Amino acid sequence: MEKYISLPLKEEDIRSLKAGDMVFLSGELYTARDAAHKRIYEAIQSNQNLKIPLDGITLYYMGPSPARPGKVIGSAGPTTASRMDKYTPTLLNLGLKGMIGKGKRSMEVKQAMIKNKAVYFAAIGGAGALLSQAIKSVVIVEYEDLGTEAIRKLEVENFPVIVVIDSDGTDLYDNYNGEMK
Amino acid sequence: MRDDENKVRQIELTEVTKLIKEMCIEANHFLSKDVEDSICEAKEKEESILGKQILSQICENMQIAGKEMIPICQDTGMAVVFLEIGQDIHFTGGLLEKAVNEGVRQGYEEGFLRKSVVSDPLIRNNTNDNTPAIIHSEIVEGRNLKIIVAPKGFGSENMSKIFMLKPSDGIDGVKNAVLTTVRDAGPNACPPIVVGVGIGGTFEKCAILSKKALLRNLGERADNKNINELEKELLEKVNQLGIGPGGLGGSTTALAVNIETFATHIAGLPVAINICCHVNRHSTRTI
Repeated sequence: MEKYISLPLKEEDIRSLKAGDMVFLSGELYTARDAAHKRIYEAIQSNQNLKIPLDGITLYYMGPSPARPGKVIGSAGPTTASRMDKYTPTLLNLGLKGMIGKGKRSMEVKQAMIKNKAVYFAAIGGAGALLSQAIKSVVIVEYEDLGTEAIRKLEVENFPVIVVIDSDGTDLYDNYNGEMK
Repeated sequence: MRDDENKVRQIELTEVTKLIKEMCIEANHFLSKDVEDSICEAKEKEESILGKQILSQICENMQIAGKEMIPICQDTGMAVVFLEIGQDIHFTGGLLEKAVNEGVRQGYEEGFLRKSVVSDPLIRNNTNDNTPAIIHSEIVEGRNLKIIVAPKGFGSENMSKIFMLKPSDGIDGVKNAVLTTVRDAGPNACPPIVVGVGIGGTFEKCAILSKKALLRNLGERADNKNINELEKELLEKVNQLGIGPGGLGGSTTALAVNIETFATHIAGLPVAINICCHVNRHSTRTI
Protein backbone atom coordinates (compact mmCIF):
# COMPACT_ATOMS: atom_id res chain seq x y z
CA MET A 1 0.00 0.00 0.00
CA GLU A 2 1.18 3.54 -0.76
CA LYS A 3 0.93 6.01 2.09
CA TYR A 4 1.83 9.67 2.53
CA ILE A 5 2.91 10.37 6.09
CA SER A 6 4.07 13.56 7.77
CA LEU A 7 6.86 13.72 10.32
CA PRO A 8 7.20 13.57 13.26
CA LEU A 9 5.33 10.24 13.24
CA LYS A 10 2.03 10.26 15.10
CA GLU A 11 0.91 7.37 17.25
CA GLU A 12 -1.95 6.46 14.92
CA ASP A 13 0.37 6.54 11.91
CA ILE A 14 2.80 4.18 13.63
CA ARG A 15 -0.05 1.82 14.40
CA SER A 16 -1.31 1.90 10.80
CA LEU A 17 2.06 1.31 9.13
CA LYS A 18 2.59 -2.33 8.21
CA ALA A 19 5.63 -4.19 6.87
CA GLY A 20 5.59 -3.88 3.08
CA ASP A 21 3.89 -0.47 2.89
CA MET A 22 5.48 2.00 0.50
CA VAL A 23 5.61 5.32 2.28
CA PHE A 24 6.42 8.88 1.25
CA LEU A 25 7.64 10.84 4.27
CA SER A 26 7.48 14.62 4.55
CA GLY A 27 8.80 16.74 7.40
CA GLU A 28 11.76 16.60 9.74
CA LEU A 29 14.41 13.87 9.91
CA TYR A 30 17.66 13.75 11.83
CA THR A 31 20.74 11.99 10.47
CA ALA A 32 23.03 9.90 12.65
CA ARG A 33 25.36 7.05 11.83
CA ASP A 34 28.13 5.13 13.62
CA ALA A 35 30.18 7.89 15.27
CA ALA A 36 27.16 10.05 16.22
CA HIS A 37 25.41 7.03 17.74
CA LYS A 38 28.46 6.30 19.84
CA ARG A 39 28.54 9.88 21.12
CA ILE A 40 24.79 10.01 21.82
CA TYR A 41 25.02 6.72 23.67
CA GLU A 42 27.98 7.87 25.75
CA ALA A 43 26.23 11.17 26.53
CA ILE A 44 23.17 9.24 27.74
CA GLN A 45 25.33 6.91 29.83
CA SER A 46 26.98 9.86 31.57
CA ASN A 47 23.68 11.81 31.99
CA GLN A 48 24.67 14.67 29.71
CA ASN A 49 22.08 16.77 27.92
CA LEU A 50 21.49 16.05 24.25
CA LYS A 51 21.04 18.82 21.71
CA ILE A 52 18.62 16.74 19.69
CA PRO A 53 15.25 15.82 21.15
CA LEU A 54 15.09 12.02 20.87
CA ASP A 55 11.45 11.90 21.87
CA GLY A 56 9.27 11.28 18.83
CA ILE A 57 11.90 11.81 16.15
CA THR A 58 12.87 9.72 13.14
CA LEU A 59 16.56 9.03 12.54
CA TYR A 60 18.03 8.54 9.09
CA TYR A 61 21.20 6.44 9.10
CA MET A 62 23.03 8.47 6.51
CA GLY A 63 26.27 10.36 5.98
CA PRO A 64 26.00 12.50 2.83
CA SER A 65 28.64 13.37 0.27
CA PRO A 66 29.43 17.12 0.23
CA ALA A 67 26.97 19.46 -1.49
CA ARG A 68 28.08 21.12 -4.70
CA PRO A 69 27.68 24.91 -4.71
CA GLY A 70 24.01 25.80 -5.04
CA LYS A 71 22.79 22.40 -3.83
CA VAL A 72 21.48 21.59 -0.34
CA ILE A 73 23.19 18.20 -0.09
CA GLY A 74 25.23 15.70 -2.10
CA SER A 75 24.40 12.02 -2.52
CA ALA A 76 22.27 10.91 0.43
CA GLY A 77 21.32 7.23 0.59
CA PRO A 78 20.96 4.96 3.62
CA THR A 79 23.77 3.10 5.37
CA THR A 80 23.56 -0.38 6.93
CA ALA A 81 21.37 -0.17 10.03
CA SER A 82 22.73 -3.16 11.94
CA ARG A 83 25.84 -1.22 12.94
CA MET A 84 23.59 0.97 15.11
CA ASP A 85 21.90 -2.03 16.76
CA LYS A 86 24.12 -1.89 19.84
CA TYR A 87 22.84 1.62 20.65
CA THR A 88 19.28 1.50 19.28
CA PRO A 89 17.32 -0.10 22.17
CA THR A 90 18.55 2.67 24.51
CA LEU A 91 17.39 5.34 22.04
CA LEU A 92 14.02 3.61 21.56
CA ASN A 93 13.51 3.58 25.31
CA LEU A 94 14.05 7.36 25.24
CA GLY A 95 11.33 7.90 22.64
CA LEU A 96 12.89 7.35 19.20
CA LYS A 97 9.93 6.46 16.94
CA GLY A 98 11.27 5.98 13.42
CA MET A 99 14.46 4.75 11.81
CA ILE A 100 15.49 4.76 8.15
CA GLY A 101 18.36 2.62 6.93
CA LYS A 102 18.93 -0.57 5.02
CA GLY A 103 19.43 -4.17 6.03
CA LYS A 104 18.57 -6.43 8.92
CA ARG A 105 18.06 -5.50 12.59
CA SER A 106 18.85 -7.53 15.69
CA MET A 107 16.32 -9.33 17.86
CA GLU A 108 17.05 -6.82 20.68
CA VAL A 109 16.12 -3.93 18.39
CA LYS A 110 12.91 -5.65 17.28
CA GLN A 111 11.89 -6.30 20.86
CA ALA A 112 12.56 -2.69 21.84
CA MET A 113 10.55 -1.56 18.79
CA ILE A 114 7.55 -3.64 19.84
CA LYS A 115 7.81 -2.43 23.43
CA ASN A 116 8.10 1.24 22.46
CA LYS A 117 5.96 1.13 19.30
CA ALA A 118 8.41 2.24 16.64
CA VAL A 119 8.91 1.66 12.89
CA TYR A 120 11.96 0.75 10.82
CA PHE A 121 11.93 1.84 7.20
CA ALA A 122 14.35 0.96 4.41
CA ALA A 123 15.36 3.36 1.69
CA ILE A 124 16.95 1.98 -1.47
CA GLY A 125 20.63 1.35 -0.83
CA GLY A 126 22.88 2.82 -3.47
CA ALA A 127 20.32 5.31 -4.75
CA GLY A 128 21.83 8.35 -3.06
CA ALA A 129 21.50 10.69 -6.03
CA LEU A 130 17.79 9.92 -6.42
CA LEU A 131 17.07 10.18 -2.68
CA SER A 132 18.90 13.51 -2.43
CA GLN A 133 16.20 15.05 -4.64
CA ALA A 134 13.64 14.68 -1.82
CA ILE A 135 15.79 16.61 0.68
CA LYS A 136 14.86 20.29 0.76
CA SER A 137 17.03 21.71 3.53
CA VAL A 138 19.93 20.68 5.74
CA VAL A 139 21.25 22.11 9.01
CA ILE A 140 24.08 20.65 11.09
CA VAL A 141 22.82 20.49 14.69
CA GLU A 142 25.46 18.55 16.62
CA TYR A 143 28.97 17.05 16.43
CA GLU A 144 30.07 19.18 13.47
CA ASP A 145 33.64 17.91 13.90
CA LEU A 146 32.47 14.48 12.70
CA GLY A 147 32.17 15.78 9.12
CA THR A 148 29.84 13.54 7.14
CA GLU A 149 28.91 11.80 10.43
CA ALA A 150 27.67 15.01 12.11
CA ILE A 151 24.00 15.09 13.12
CA ARG A 152 21.98 16.99 10.53
CA LYS A 153 18.38 18.09 10.60
CA LEU A 154 16.79 17.49 7.20
CA GLU A 155 13.54 18.75 5.79
CA VAL A 156 12.23 16.15 3.34
CA GLU A 157 9.36 16.07 0.90
CA ASN A 158 7.88 12.76 -0.24
CA PHE A 159 10.99 10.85 0.76
CA PRO A 160 10.43 7.28 -0.54
CA VAL A 161 10.81 4.42 1.95
CA ILE A 162 9.39 0.95 2.58
CA VAL A 163 8.25 -0.29 6.00
CA VAL A 164 10.50 -3.26 6.77
CA ILE A 165 9.78 -3.81 10.47
CA ASP A 166 6.48 -2.51 11.81
CA SER A 167 5.51 -1.78 15.42
CA ASP A 168 4.21 -5.35 15.82
CA GLY A 169 7.67 -6.66 14.97
CA THR A 170 6.74 -8.12 11.57
CA ASP A 171 9.90 -8.16 9.46
CA LEU A 172 9.56 -8.00 5.68
CA TYR A 173 13.10 -9.34 5.17
CA ASP A 174 12.08 -12.62 6.87
CA ASN A 175 10.19 -13.47 3.67
CA TYR A 176 13.33 -13.19 1.55
CA ASN A 177 16.07 -14.57 3.77
CA GLY A 178 17.51 -16.90 1.16
CA GLU A 179 15.96 -20.07 2.59
CA MET A 180 14.79 -22.36 -0.20
CA LYS A 181 11.03 -22.58 -0.21
CA MET B 1 73.98 0.68 -21.59
CA ARG B 2 72.75 3.12 -24.20
CA ASP B 3 70.26 0.56 -25.56
CA ASP B 4 68.79 0.07 -22.10
CA GLU B 5 68.47 3.81 -21.64
CA ASN B 6 66.58 4.06 -24.89
CA LYS B 7 64.14 1.43 -23.79
CA VAL B 8 63.24 3.05 -20.51
CA ARG B 9 60.14 5.21 -20.65
CA GLN B 10 59.96 8.17 -18.33
CA ILE B 11 56.60 8.96 -16.77
CA GLU B 12 56.23 12.17 -14.84
CA LEU B 13 54.29 11.45 -11.64
CA THR B 14 52.20 14.61 -11.95
CA GLU B 15 50.56 12.84 -14.90
CA VAL B 16 49.65 9.87 -12.66
CA THR B 17 48.21 12.21 -10.04
CA LYS B 18 46.07 13.99 -12.64
CA LEU B 19 44.74 10.70 -14.02
CA ILE B 20 43.89 9.28 -10.60
CA LYS B 21 42.05 12.48 -9.71
CA GLU B 22 39.93 12.32 -12.87
CA MET B 23 39.26 8.62 -12.45
CA CYS B 24 38.05 9.00 -8.84
CA ILE B 25 35.50 11.56 -10.01
CA GLU B 26 34.50 9.60 -13.10
CA ALA B 27 34.05 6.28 -11.29
CA ASN B 28 31.79 7.84 -8.66
CA HIS B 29 29.42 9.43 -11.18
CA PHE B 30 29.37 7.04 -14.14
CA LEU B 31 29.20 3.25 -14.09
CA SER B 32 30.92 1.33 -16.86
CA LYS B 33 28.60 0.37 -19.70
CA ASP B 34 28.57 -3.34 -18.83
CA VAL B 35 27.30 -2.64 -15.30
CA GLU B 36 24.72 -0.15 -16.50
CA ASP B 37 23.48 -2.52 -19.23
CA SER B 38 23.34 -5.40 -16.77
CA ILE B 39 21.10 -3.44 -14.37
CA CYS B 40 18.79 -2.30 -17.17
CA GLU B 41 18.56 -5.84 -18.50
CA ALA B 42 17.76 -7.14 -15.01
CA LYS B 43 14.94 -4.61 -14.77
CA GLU B 44 13.27 -6.16 -17.81
CA LYS B 45 13.70 -9.71 -16.54
CA GLU B 46 12.86 -9.24 -12.84
CA GLU B 47 9.80 -11.22 -11.79
CA SER B 48 8.81 -9.35 -8.63
CA ILE B 49 6.81 -6.15 -9.10
CA LEU B 50 8.50 -4.42 -6.17
CA GLY B 51 11.86 -5.72 -7.42
CA LYS B 52 11.18 -4.19 -10.83
CA GLN B 53 10.28 -0.86 -9.22
CA ILE B 54 13.49 -0.87 -7.19
CA LEU B 55 15.59 -1.66 -10.26
CA SER B 56 13.92 1.10 -12.16
CA GLN B 57 14.73 3.54 -9.32
CA ILE B 58 18.32 2.32 -9.41
CA CYS B 59 18.39 3.13 -13.15
CA GLU B 60 16.86 6.54 -12.51
CA ASN B 61 19.46 7.12 -9.81
CA MET B 62 22.26 6.50 -12.33
CA GLN B 63 20.75 9.00 -14.75
CA ILE B 64 20.40 11.69 -12.07
CA ALA B 65 23.97 11.04 -10.91
CA GLY B 66 25.45 11.58 -14.37
CA LYS B 67 23.27 14.54 -15.29
CA GLU B 68 23.46 16.47 -12.02
CA MET B 69 26.97 15.30 -11.08
CA ILE B 70 25.81 13.85 -7.75
CA PRO B 71 27.72 10.70 -6.74
CA ILE B 72 25.74 7.53 -7.55
CA CYS B 73 26.04 6.54 -3.88
CA GLN B 74 26.95 8.72 -0.90
CA ASP B 75 29.49 6.07 0.11
CA THR B 76 32.06 7.11 -2.44
CA GLY B 77 34.25 4.40 -1.02
CA MET B 78 37.79 3.77 -0.05
CA ALA B 79 39.86 4.22 -3.21
CA VAL B 80 41.29 0.88 -4.32
CA VAL B 81 43.91 1.44 -7.00
CA PHE B 82 45.40 -1.30 -9.15
CA LEU B 83 48.59 -0.44 -11.02
CA GLU B 84 50.06 -2.61 -13.74
CA ILE B 85 53.46 -1.15 -14.29
CA GLY B 86 55.45 -2.04 -17.38
CA GLN B 87 58.94 -2.93 -16.23
CA ASP B 88 60.52 -0.52 -18.70
CA ILE B 89 58.95 2.49 -17.03
CA HIS B 90 60.84 4.90 -14.84
CA PHE B 91 58.75 7.29 -12.76
CA THR B 92 60.17 10.75 -12.23
CA GLY B 93 59.33 13.62 -9.94
CA GLY B 94 58.73 11.91 -6.59
CA LEU B 95 57.28 8.73 -5.18
CA LEU B 96 54.60 6.67 -6.94
CA GLU B 97 52.62 6.01 -3.77
CA LYS B 98 52.55 9.70 -2.89
CA ALA B 99 51.45 10.59 -6.41
CA VAL B 100 48.54 8.13 -6.23
CA ASN B 101 47.42 9.43 -2.84
CA GLU B 102 47.70 13.02 -4.07
CA GLY B 103 45.39 12.10 -6.96
CA VAL B 104 42.87 10.59 -4.53
CA ARG B 105 43.09 13.67 -2.30
CA GLN B 106 42.45 16.05 -5.21
CA GLY B 107 39.73 13.88 -6.73
CA TYR B 108 37.76 13.54 -3.51
CA GLU B 109 38.07 17.25 -2.73
CA GLU B 110 37.39 18.69 -6.18
CA GLY B 111 34.77 16.08 -7.03
CA PHE B 112 32.70 16.72 -3.87
CA LEU B 113 33.13 13.09 -2.87
CA ARG B 114 32.66 11.85 0.67
CA LYS B 115 35.72 11.44 2.85
CA SER B 116 35.19 8.06 4.48
CA VAL B 117 38.66 7.05 5.68
CA VAL B 118 39.85 7.01 9.29
CA SER B 119 43.59 7.04 9.96
CA ASP B 120 43.58 4.41 12.69
CA PRO B 121 41.09 1.53 12.77
CA LEU B 122 40.63 1.80 16.55
CA ILE B 123 41.06 5.51 17.29
CA ARG B 124 39.01 6.38 14.18
CA ASN B 125 39.81 9.97 13.27
CA ASN B 126 38.75 10.91 9.75
CA THR B 127 41.72 11.85 7.56
CA ASN B 128 39.40 14.35 5.82
CA ASP B 129 40.83 13.71 2.36
CA ASN B 130 39.95 10.04 1.83
CA THR B 131 43.60 8.97 1.83
CA PRO B 132 45.37 6.67 2.04
CA ALA B 133 44.26 4.64 -0.94
CA ILE B 134 44.65 0.87 -1.03
CA ILE B 135 47.28 0.33 -3.72
CA HIS B 136 47.97 -3.00 -5.42
CA SER B 137 50.82 -2.87 -7.90
CA GLU B 138 52.15 -5.44 -10.23
CA ILE B 139 55.21 -5.31 -12.48
CA VAL B 140 54.36 -6.49 -16.00
CA GLU B 141 56.07 -6.65 -19.36
CA GLY B 142 56.46 -3.57 -21.53
CA ARG B 143 56.30 0.21 -21.29
CA ASN B 144 52.64 0.86 -20.51
CA LEU B 145 51.02 1.86 -17.26
CA LYS B 146 47.51 0.54 -16.62
CA ILE B 147 45.57 2.18 -13.80
CA ILE B 148 42.28 0.94 -12.40
CA VAL B 149 40.52 3.04 -9.77
CA ALA B 150 37.78 1.12 -7.97
CA PRO B 151 36.16 3.10 -5.14
CA LYS B 152 34.80 0.43 -2.77
CA GLY B 153 31.80 1.02 -0.52
CA PHE B 154 31.75 -0.71 2.83
CA GLY B 155 28.10 -1.78 3.08
CA SER B 156 29.04 -4.62 0.78
CA GLU B 157 32.72 -4.86 1.78
CA ASN B 158 31.57 -5.68 5.33
CA MET B 159 29.59 -8.67 4.04
CA SER B 160 32.61 -10.26 2.33
CA LYS B 161 34.18 -13.44 3.70
CA ILE B 162 37.17 -15.72 3.45
CA PHE B 163 37.16 -19.49 3.95
CA MET B 164 40.22 -21.71 4.33
CA LEU B 165 38.59 -24.89 3.00
CA LYS B 166 40.16 -28.32 2.96
CA PRO B 167 41.02 -29.97 -0.38
CA SER B 168 38.40 -32.63 0.42
CA ASP B 169 35.70 -29.91 0.55
CA GLY B 170 36.15 -29.59 -3.21
CA ILE B 171 33.85 -27.78 -5.57
CA ASP B 172 30.79 -28.35 -3.36
CA GLY B 173 32.60 -26.61 -0.52
CA VAL B 174 33.29 -23.65 -2.80
CA LYS B 175 29.64 -23.44 -3.90
CA ASN B 176 28.47 -23.65 -0.32
CA ALA B 177 30.87 -20.87 0.74
CA VAL B 178 29.57 -18.55 -1.98
CA LEU B 179 25.89 -19.25 -1.30
CA THR B 180 26.31 -18.90 2.47
CA THR B 181 28.06 -15.57 2.05
CA VAL B 182 25.39 -14.17 -0.27
CA ARG B 183 22.60 -15.43 2.00
CA ASP B 184 24.20 -13.86 5.08
CA ALA B 185 24.75 -10.60 3.20
CA GLY B 186 21.03 -10.50 2.37
CA PRO B 187 19.69 -6.95 2.15
CA ASN B 188 22.75 -5.39 3.82
CA ALA B 189 24.98 -5.44 0.75
CA CYS B 190 22.55 -3.46 -1.45
CA PRO B 191 21.47 -6.14 -3.92
CA PRO B 192 21.56 -6.71 -6.82
CA ILE B 193 25.19 -7.45 -6.05
CA VAL B 194 28.24 -8.52 -7.99
CA VAL B 195 30.01 -11.50 -6.44
CA GLY B 196 33.79 -11.58 -6.80
CA VAL B 197 35.33 -14.94 -5.94
CA GLY B 198 38.99 -15.82 -5.55
CA ILE B 199 39.92 -19.49 -5.34
CA GLY B 200 43.41 -20.76 -4.57
CA GLY B 201 46.69 -19.08 -3.72
CA THR B 202 47.28 -18.22 -0.08
CA PHE B 203 45.14 -16.42 2.49
CA GLU B 204 45.91 -12.94 1.09
CA LYS B 205 46.24 -13.98 -2.55
CA CYS B 206 42.70 -15.30 -2.78
CA ALA B 207 41.38 -12.10 -1.20
CA ILE B 208 43.12 -10.00 -3.84
CA LEU B 209 41.85 -12.34 -6.56
CA SER B 210 38.29 -11.85 -5.31
CA LYS B 211 38.71 -8.07 -5.51
CA LYS B 212 40.15 -8.38 -9.02
CA ALA B 213 37.22 -10.56 -10.02
CA LEU B 214 34.93 -7.57 -9.35
CA LEU B 215 36.78 -5.56 -11.99
CA ARG B 216 36.04 -7.95 -14.82
CA ASN B 217 33.40 -7.02 -17.37
CA LEU B 218 30.09 -8.45 -16.14
CA GLY B 219 29.25 -10.08 -19.46
CA GLU B 220 32.63 -11.76 -19.75
CA ARG B 221 32.98 -15.33 -18.44
CA ALA B 222 36.21 -16.98 -17.27
CA ASP B 223 38.46 -18.51 -19.94
CA ASN B 224 38.80 -21.80 -18.08
CA LYS B 225 35.88 -24.04 -19.05
CA ASN B 226 35.26 -25.46 -15.55
CA ILE B 227 35.31 -22.04 -13.96
CA ASN B 228 33.15 -20.63 -16.72
CA GLU B 229 30.52 -23.25 -15.92
CA LEU B 230 30.88 -22.72 -12.19
CA GLU B 231 30.23 -18.99 -12.68
CA LYS B 232 27.04 -19.67 -14.58
CA GLU B 233 25.82 -22.29 -12.13
CA LEU B 234 26.53 -20.10 -9.11
CA LEU B 235 24.77 -17.09 -10.64
CA GLU B 236 21.70 -19.22 -11.20
CA LYS B 237 21.82 -20.62 -7.66
CA VAL B 238 22.41 -17.17 -6.12
CA ASN B 239 19.39 -15.82 -7.97
CA GLN B 240 17.29 -18.73 -6.75
CA LEU B 241 17.86 -17.51 -3.18
CA GLY B 242 15.10 -14.98 -3.84
CA ILE B 243 16.74 -12.13 -1.89
CA GLY B 244 16.07 -9.80 -4.82
CA PRO B 245 16.61 -6.07 -5.39
CA GLY B 246 16.95 -4.21 -2.08
CA GLY B 247 16.59 -7.57 -0.31
CA LEU B 248 12.83 -7.31 -0.74
CA GLY B 249 12.35 -10.37 -2.89
CA GLY B 250 12.84 -11.20 -6.53
CA SER B 251 14.86 -13.09 -9.08
CA THR B 252 17.72 -10.58 -9.33
CA THR B 253 19.98 -11.05 -6.33
CA ALA B 254 23.24 -10.85 -8.30
CA LEU B 255 24.18 -9.40 -11.67
CA ALA B 256 27.20 -11.67 -12.05
CA VAL B 257 29.47 -14.14 -10.30
CA ASN B 258 33.06 -13.57 -11.44
CA ILE B 259 35.69 -16.10 -10.37
CA GLU B 260 39.48 -15.83 -10.53
CA THR B 261 41.73 -18.75 -9.64
CA PHE B 262 45.39 -19.33 -8.84
CA ALA B 263 47.64 -22.29 -7.99
CA THR B 264 47.55 -23.32 -4.35
CA HIS B 265 49.20 -25.62 -1.76
CA ILE B 266 48.60 -29.39 -1.54
CA ALA B 267 47.00 -28.86 1.88
CA GLY B 268 44.66 -26.01 1.07
CA LEU B 269 41.65 -24.62 -0.79
CA PRO B 270 41.34 -20.92 0.09
CA VAL B 271 38.16 -19.19 -1.09
CA ALA B 272 37.48 -15.48 -0.75
CA ILE B 273 34.15 -13.88 -1.57
CA ASN B 274 34.20 -10.14 -2.09
CA ILE B 275 30.72 -8.73 -2.38
CA CYS B 276 30.04 -5.53 -4.26
CA CYS B 277 26.74 -3.67 -4.42
CA HIS B 278 25.15 -2.77 -7.75
CA VAL B 279 27.30 0.37 -7.71
CA ASN B 280 30.19 -1.71 -9.04
CA ARG B 281 32.54 1.19 -9.79
CA HIS B 282 35.78 1.03 -11.70
CA SER B 283 37.52 3.33 -14.08
CA THR B 284 40.42 2.11 -16.24
CA ARG B 285 43.11 4.00 -18.19
CA THR B 286 46.24 2.85 -19.92
CA ILE B 287 49.00 5.27 -20.83
